[in-house]
Amino acid sequence: MGLLSTSVSLTRYLVKGKIEGSLLDTVLDGLKKNTIQDIDNESVQIASGWTSFNDPFAPDFETSSCVIGSYLIFSLRLDKKNISSKIIKKKCALEIAKKKATTGREFLSQSEKRSISLNITDSLSLRVPATLNIYDIVWNYEKSSLWFFSTLKAANEELETLFSSSFRLTLIRLFPYTMTDLVSDISNAEHDRLATLSPTKFTD
Amino acid sequence: MLDVSISYNRYKFLGHEFLTWLWFIMEEDQDRFHHIEKELIFLTIDNRIVLENTRHEAVERIIINGDEADLEEGKLCLRKGGLVTELNFSCKSGNIGFKFNLKGESLTISAIKVSETGTIEQEEDLDGAVLEKIFLCEKVVHLIETLYFQFVKLRLSPSWHKTIVPLVKKWISV
Repeated sequence: MGLLSTSVSLTRYLVKGKIEGSLLDTVLDGLKKNTIQDIDNESVQIASGWTSFNDPFAPDFETSSCVIGSYLIFSLRLDKKNISSKIIKKKCALEIAKKKATTGREFLSQSEKRSISLNITDSLSLRVPATLNIYDIVWNYEKSSLWFFSTLKAANEELETLFSSSFRLTLIRLFPYTMTDLVSDISNAEHDRLATLSPTKFTD
Repeated sequence: MLDVSISYNRYKFLGHEFLTWLWFIMEEDQDRFHHIEKELIFLTIDNRIVLENTRHEAVERIIINGDEADLEEGKLCLRKGGLVTELNFSCKSGNIGFKFNLKGESLTISAIKVSETGTIEQEEDLDGAVLEKIFLCEKVVHLIETLYFQFVKLRLSPSWHKTIVPLVKKWISV
């Protein structure tokens, strides 16, 4: 679900660290280095990387800007080829039968079967187009705040890894503890109380 | 700071208590919202509430769906020691209406529905639509943060056990 969808979901992050030097140059450099690479016509099955918010299918950070107002806006793209295991199983069975007939052998070794399965998966991967999942990102650098427009665990984990390797900054997900410990303005005494806090019983 | 996965699990009860407290305030003290957030006209449960009771070995989950649903089953779950784990809200702030879902353990906001942004007919319209949508989402995020920070201050103060818990107990038992 994207930022401009009718219904949006978001996970909030605190961005830890600051960029030294030119913010825009550093961000664009990180985006360019980790731009999504198209895997159609490749044997690769999964790919992830940054893409443009306004042109997610053909990202080009050389010419397009990632700045709107005071926000840095771009997207995470996860491409995945979905090949049915039943199709792989069927093709493997046919290939094994063919090999047995041509060699006159009754059995194939485990490594031969594995090799057949890998070849079939690779050959199918070349023909199957990837399914694209695009998740928008709104980064308010001044406020050290980032919104990721997905609540999916796998997508959030991919974002955290890619963001760290692209910009050398850490994303801290905001949930009850981090909101209380890092964002709210509680005193030292309240911090101490938080450390030993236990659940309330609303019933006797 | 504690390890992320440890602190997530250790303190998810805070999110559940936050949502339970919000339900209590929504039913018993709507005016309080206006004091916390001046622009907020109302905040109510919309059409979904999820509760969980983990006080016994098995997890008991109650899901109540539907517009103007009877929430008595939810109250019963609270009486048995359960807490609210997810809430769907309807609210009005200024002249803008919102609907959104809030999950207690992660404080992730889903299904945010806000007033329609302007239609994008030309490329130049895109920036305006994006900024408008961010402004609207910011209102929801700001509201949740303001309410959560109020809750946390209260939760970490002596008045939580002295004043609030007895009031919530009384509300649950009615």
